Amino acid sequence: MDRTLTGFVRALRAAGADASTAETLDAARAMALVGFADRETLKASLAVALAKSLDEKLICERVFEQYFSLPVGAADAQNTEGTQQAGDGPAPGARTGQPEIDALLDLAAGTSPGQTAAALMRAAQSVGVDDIRFSSQVAYLTRRTLEALGIAALEARLQQAAAGAAAEAANAEAAGLGAARDRLQRQVRALVEQRFELFGRPATEAFMTEVAVQRPLGRLSPPDMDRMRVAVARMAKRLAARHSRRRRVLLRGQLDFRRTLRANAGHDSVPVELHFKHRRRDKPRIVVVCDVSGSVSAHVRFLLLFLYALQGTVADLRSFAFSHALKDVAAPLETLPFDEAMALILSEVGGGATDYGQALVDLREHHWDSIDRRTTVLVLGDGRSNHSDPRLDLFAELADRAKRVVWLCPEPAGRWGSGDSEMLRFRPFCTHVSHCATATDLEQAIDEALSAYG
Amino acid sequence: MIPESTPDGLASIDAVTAALASVGYISTRQISTAVYLAHHLRKPVLIEGPAGVGKTDLAVSAARALGFALLRLQCYEGLDDSKALYEWKYGKQLLYTQILKEKIGLLVDQADTLDASFAKLAGFQDLFFSRDFLEARPLLQAMEQPAGSVLLIDEIDKSEEAFEALLLEVLADYQVTIPEIGTIRAQVPPLVILTSNNTRELGDALKRRCLHLHIGFPDAALERRVLRARVPAIAEDLLGQLVAFVQSLRVANIRKPPSIAESVDWARTLLLMHAAVLDESLVRDTLNVLLKRETDIQEVQGLLAKMTQAAVESTTPGAASSTASGSGPGSVPGSVPGPAVSLSPALPG
Repeated sequence: MDRTLTGFVRALRAAGADASTAETLDAARAMALVGFADRETLKASLAVALAKSLDEKLICERVFEQYFSLPVGAADAQNTEGTQQAGDGPAPGARTGQPEIDALLDLAAGTSPGQTAAALMRAAQSVGVDDIRFSSQVAYLTRRTLEALGIAALEARLQQAAAGAAAEAANAEAAGLGAARDRLQRQVRALVEQRFELFGRPATEAFMTEVAVQRPLGRLSPPDMDRMRVAVARMAKRLAARHSRRRRVLLRGQLDFRRTLRANAGHDSVPVELHFKHRRRDKPRIVVVCDVSGSVSAHVRFLLLFLYALQGTVADLRSFAFSHALKDVAAPLETLPFDEAMALILSEVGGGATDYGQALVDLREHHWDSIDRRTTVLVLGDGRSNHSDPRLDLFAELADRAKRVVWLCPEPAGRWGSGDSEMLRFRPFCTHVSHCATATDLEQAIDEALSAYG
Repeated sequence: MIPESTPDGLASIDAVTAALASVGYISTRQISTAVYLAHHLRKPVLIEGPAGVGKTDLAVSAARALGFALLRLQCYEGLDDSKALYEWKYGKQLLYTQILKEKIGLLVDQADTLDASFAKLAGFQDLFFSRDFLEARPLLQAMEQPAGSVLLIDEIDKSEEAFEALLLEVLADYQVTIPEIGTIRAQVPPLVILTSNNTRELGDALKRRCLHLHIGFPDAALERRVLRARVPAIAEDLLGQLVAFVQSLRVANIRKPPSIAESVDWARTLLLMHAAVLDESLVRDTLNVLLKRETDIQEVQGLLAKMTQAAVESTTPGAASSTASGSGPGSVPGSVPGPAVSLSPALPG
């Protein structure tokens, strides 16, 4: 039982739900209490003890289904085998006189599925199937498992029988042995594949995600984008965890004399209850202005994805997107699934020629009251304004009004100011300008912006 | 350790479900499992989920079902140990010293030296820091219940990090240490239920010490059972339509989907209005019971006719079998702002 549980916990960890040793102990106690009799109860118990958030719970349920079920191929093999048996029945009764081969034949015949599964699993564990990392290892580990089961003896016998194939009896035996070997091989392969899904694939995925996060945004391939979605959600969560916790020291600082007096009037003004003055801290208010025009089209998907993830993270977040005209995109980002939200935003504001001046005018006219001295304005864009007037006067007014203006530019600093790039003219008004090439850069920038409210 | 007694209602997972059902709380397997394990593993349960799905209610119902006392601690920003654990009754202490001033004076008078008077006073020092002057707050009260208790720590996410740290000791060992008196250990470990609306991420240390239960929006079958338990007077047809409508509303594009509390309110509202079947104008009039945001209400305005019709059709395949009077549910074309025709003189609950 302990082996089963630790294996399950390892699979959980591989899938991204961290379960500690203490929780594993809890789970073991819970399992001992509820037993294995009822599958649903066991599932619920493990979820309650091991998962610590909704996401982890979903992972836990998925892994449970994978872990505590027969490999897909094996189940099929047994079913088809069952129907075959009804027709002609040479397989189960066949005896060779050698005990180890007979044992294998019994396993292949699947007379007791539980036993078969257990034996296969033991053999697979002995060759280290849980350490599988890549799908290319499946064939190798299948073979090793079969060898651990003692397939060699069966194969030797099969060869013998095939050599003497002239005789009717030998022919039948060879066919029976061959079928048994194929069945075993199918089952083992299904088992190894299942273990790969449990342990190998998540590890590979995690590694690829790690790589994708460091990759320049402009060069993300579609599969990278899918990985990025996971990575960005995790980033947003990390940011939220770091910045949503309000730290406040209660009994320290300057005495609030008036409050103390008032609170202690009932105690004959003996100051038993002390009150201290607190400096009010501003809550983070962030306004994101995101360029979704053609010139940054390679980045748009990612920028929007990041905005989408942030939406749940920062309580007071306004987001605007523009190419020539600027629109408030908070509503679609907040309520729609990401793909729909993006399609909607791109169809409404995206794709056109960039005009920073017009965007600033729109911002000035319609959304100026969302910016005040507590606001950090985050501009995501390349500053290429198609030679139109960038309306630096409005940008200066904006910088003056906001707490900080942070500009994140996907282009490297060397290209700022070249062609129609207005980056160098915008730069003096910004609190901070940086080249933001990868997802990690973006996370860092947001982290810094939020830290300003610390 | 302390001999543990298991009430009947906690004997098995099914017993938990039955006990909760007996007080009108329709539990799922997950919820019952969590309560069962909480008792037998002696661990607190942390319940998360959207507002209004019955997190707090679970604690209240569990207390009622098991016959335990319910101690409730509502968390808020600035909550500290003097509000959660215990507090000395300063006022009473002061008052008593004032009243006993003369007695103490007498006592000290008889002593000749400073040492002697100090020794005499020392004997009375503990008097002012005894249980008589101790104001027990919910956490300490829960420890002191002889017959077991349910300790509900509500909306833990509203409190500060420091308070979480304070809880760790209490929840790990079920004991409270008071320097002047000593350690007070729980006679019967309370069943501790913490709820959180996830306005902030809780610390890992606290999460690790708790079993975790997530209660989400119920599916249609469960919601029907809950409504039937909570609003027994509602007619079967209307119940089906109502649930179908609420379920479809939850998948609509809105920010604050109605939870089970809102469905119960709505069921009561419809009952009060003697509605026999849903129709569009009725829904339109009472939509503010379900949706609490103006933008959400506007968002679904245009869809109401379709959604109502779908809800009505989904539950009565034969359609319009139970209509008391007026237009049948199948005959609601587009958005006709007709009068509330389906108000029938049904008897109220």
